[in-house]
Amino acid sequence: MKVRLGVLVPLGLFVVLVGFLFFGLFNDPREIPSPLIGKPAPTFNLEELRDPEQVISNGSLAGQMYLLNVWNSSCVTCRQEHPMLMQIARSSKLPIIGLNWKESDWPEDPEVGRARAISWLSRFGDPYTKIAFDKEGSVGINFGVYGTPETFLVSPDGMILAKHVGAITPDVWREKFMPLIGQPQGSAS
Amino acid sequence: MIPELGHFALILALLLAAAQGFFGIVGASRGNVAWMRAAQSAVTGQWVFLVLSFGALIYAFIQFDFSVRYVAMTSNSLLPLFYRIAAAWGGHEGSLLFWGLTLATWSVAVAVLSRNMPLPFKSRVLGVLGLVSVGFLMFTLFTSSPFTRLMPAAADGNDLNPLLQDPALAIHPPMLYIGYVGFAVAFAFACATLIEGRQDNDWARMARPWTLAAWLSLTIGITLGSWWAYYELGWGGYWFWDPVENASFMPWLMGTALIHSLAVTEKRGLFKSWTLLLAVGCFSLSLLGTFLVRSGVLVSVHAFATDPARGLFILAFLVAVIGGALALYTWRAPALKSEAGFELASREAFLLFNNALLVAATGLILLGTLYPLVMDAMELGKISVGPPYFGKAFLIPMVPLVLLMAVGMHAIWKRSRLGPVMHLLWILLGAAVALALFVTLVVYEEFHLMGLVGFTVGFWLLGSTLVEPIKRFGGWRTLPAGFWGMTAAHVGVALFAIGVTGVESYRIEKDISLGIGDSTVLEGYEFRFDGTKNVQGPNYRAVEGTVVITRDGKPVTTLHPQKRFYASGGNPMTEAGIHGRLRRDLFVALGEDLGAGKWSMRVQYKPLIRLIWLGALFMALGAAVSATDRRYRARSKVSAAVMTGHAAGEAAR
Amino acid sequence: MTLLLRTLLLAFLVTTAAVAIDNEPAFEDPAMQARYDALIRELRCTVCQNQTIADSNASLARDLRREVRRLMEEGRTDQEIRDFLTDRYTDFVLYNPPVKPRTYLLWAAPGLLVIIGLGAALMVVLRRAKAAKDNPAALDADNETGSP
Repeated sequence: MKVRLGVLVPLGLFVVLVGFLFFGLFNDPREIPSPLIGKPAPTFNLEELRDPEQVISNGSLAGQMYLLNVWNSSCVTCRQEHPMLMQIARSSKLPIIGLNWKESDWPEDPEVGRARAISWLSRFGDPYTKIAFDKEGSVGINFGVYGTPETFLVSPDGMILAKHVGAITPDVWREKFMPLIGQPQGSAS
Repeated sequence: MIPELGHFALILALLLAAAQGFFGIVGASRGNVAWMRAAQSAVTGQWVFLVLSFGALIYAFIQFDFSVRYVAMTSNSLLPLFYRIAAAWGGHEGSLLFWGLTLATWSVAVAVLSRNMPLPFKSRVLGVLGLVSVGFLMFTLFTSSPFTRLMPAAADGNDLNPLLQDPALAIHPPMLYIGYVGFAVAFAFACATLIEGRQDNDWARMARPWTLAAWLSLTIGITLGSWWAYYELGWGGYWFWDPVENASFMPWLMGTALIHSLAVTEKRGLFKSWTLLLAVGCFSLSLLGTFLVRSGVLVSVHAFATDPARGLFILAFLVAVIGGALALYTWRAPALKSEAGFELASREAFLLFNNALLVAATGLILLGTLYPLVMDAMELGKISVGPPYFGKAFLIPMVPLVLLMAVGMHAIWKRSRLGPVMHLLWILLGAAVALALFVTLVVYEEFHLMGLVGFTVGFWLLGSTLVEPIKRFGGWRTLPAGFWGMTAAHVGVALFAIGVTGVESYRIEKDISLGIGDSTVLEGYEFRFDGTKNVQGPNYRAVEGTVVITRDGKPVTTLHPQKRFYASGGNPMTEAGIHGRLRRDLFVALGEDLGAGKWSMRVQYKPLIRLIWLGALFMALGAAVSATDRRYRARSKVSAAVMTGHAAGEAAR
Repeated sequence: MTLLLRTLLLAFLVTTAAVAIDNEPAFEDPAMQARYDALIRELRCTVCQNQTIADSNASLARDLRREVRRLMEEGRTDQEIRDFLTDRYTDFVLYNPPVKPRTYLLWAAPGLLVIIGLGAALMVVLRRAKAAKDNPAALDADNETGSP
């Protein structure tokens, strides 16, 4: 009897292994879930992209729910997501705050990047109420950003309610963000 | 036209593989000699058509046929001929066709070289190999055909990944695949044995040279990969415990266990079911590796472009092949009993400990590699398991293994007779400790505990391995090939251990930025940067630096590290400048151009690193020598008759 | 005097020329530099295909190295630096998995597997040794060494 059981072990282990591998096929091993959900959004104090004199900070944004969309002009997926953002900006009362992150790569001068980002917006449209210009890249890191586009939903009292990695599609908007936003937003599909 | 012919040949090969599988297995169970012979012919036919098919693919590459999608994706008009051919196996589709071809080649070799194998057993072996071929060829044909056309044809190709445009890396995949696929032979032998419900041990003797050949190839393949990573990637590392590297290392470890276990089963009929399980396990790990690399389940620099549909197909294939074999095992294994005894310090005992530790090592690498996936599946978050874990974890079974090796190789079969030799071994251990202390404190001038342990263990193993050859000096001609093979392989392990210890304990790396004429000092060597110049290659342009190395004012060498920019775009590639000697490598890699003639670069001092690859080559050499041992050659018609008698007796039941 | 000046100059050149591949000056203190080198070799690049931030040329890897450097200059400990990164990127970013209940199995595995393996092997060996003792005649007289 003991021998019988021992002999089943290899097959049993194999079955367990296959189960995990099957799961793995439909799982993205590189996606990092955000540890910031339910926590306060990291504080930041950055220049407005379009007007270096203005300052965007958590303080100036408090009291209302907002979307924080991380983007830059060389990001192809951001370009694909852009029409959806334009639509959200048009049809919903939710402000979209942009975080322009890693626009310039060393050794490029950030001001060159700023100009390029502004011209990108004038070409493709500007859905953003405000755009924080993250020259150093450290605010993005504080938000745990590792690619673009990424979008955060921040509550009126500054807590992060949700994060989405990748382009916002109508399905994502409907299933992930709208339930959290609550109030009627008009049709955004 | 030619690609279509290649495609057609592939289809024919698949049909022949199916015939091989069917006639081989069913023919044997029905005792139908005509069918069994048909299976043998089918093997040859399958091989011929796969040669034609792969030949057609290579032809497409040579002729720059960019209307074939695979050719367009992995080569371009500037790619030199050698790499165009290498591209045939460099991408996913081509490498699968190569897998199929390799499997057919091993199968043909078994068919041709096993004259004295009784027909039913041979048919079953070829039948199992045929079924595995069917799976692979179906996968290739239906999901990953290299012959798919691109309409309209591309004007030029994407280019072969510049990383692969290197001699070592061009040969590394074929060597690996020959190894992975070679374990299918032992697997087929095991399955045939299980199907027949055999009680004898001839299968172990027959399987051993094939397993040695596969293991040899895998050893060379892994070594080439490590060597390439060292000089090509620019960071001077030789092993990263990346999932794909682990996927090649696990069958190697289990293969090592299998080689040793086959010896026991062959010699004394012991561990029958364990050896069968190992044979199934080795090839299973090869298949698992294939899955991991192509399914997108794990993140790796080595992974092919992924596709869940393909992954699902491979997983189904895995379940069929491995599940089937394990089911066979579960059914038959309980009936395999052996009553023979052996004493506590006998060879059998040591080989059993060897197996236990090697399988433990395999298990822990498998666990570490899959742990992030398991945690993700159980919604416990994401973690990463990398070199800091594996480096420590792997030592835990390995150090005892090497220590046991040093003693165990002197054990004799059946009895504990180590008494006399232990005396000598203790003396050698003392000498090893002394030598290790000398090397750490006097040569490298820095005490390092793991360094001391590593050197002691390596020196002791080396000394222990040389005891027998030295004792038998004068009678070397009487010693069998198997003995010399073992000696060479164990010397290889010792050199490997010494090399790893040296480089891990005493290496020095320095990131530095130098202008023209500036220099830096590392371990007594002065590295002077003499600026850069532009050079042109066949499909790249490069910036080549000149670094002059001197020691105590005397010139040592001049190195020319490069940073290459390939015409096809992509990230620049580093070509490190290396000055290699057995006792140390000096290594320079260019970083970034900082302007005004200044460059950032990494200079490294790597003591004893060459012993790592030299040790691995000795292991491979050992396997080659062992495989030539007389007892594996066409043994006797007597034993064939005995086996046929068994089979006839069974068929009559 | 000139020798001293030349030596000083050479030392000066070497130290100011010692700019790390990060394009930022290396730490003055070699112990700090060693700490930095060790840390960046255990932190994972979040955008790469399985590389440390030390080995990766990716732009984010460079940024993360810069963050590590900044935190070290602020005087944070190694653990604080790891916490900084895991607070933002989860344990994914550590190649040396932290020892937590969920990783106990991982860290225990090497020792456990060796003990279980050797234990099982030992049990088999003891059983066979007993069989050998009980039935010494069954062990023939032809012994061989060096027959692998």
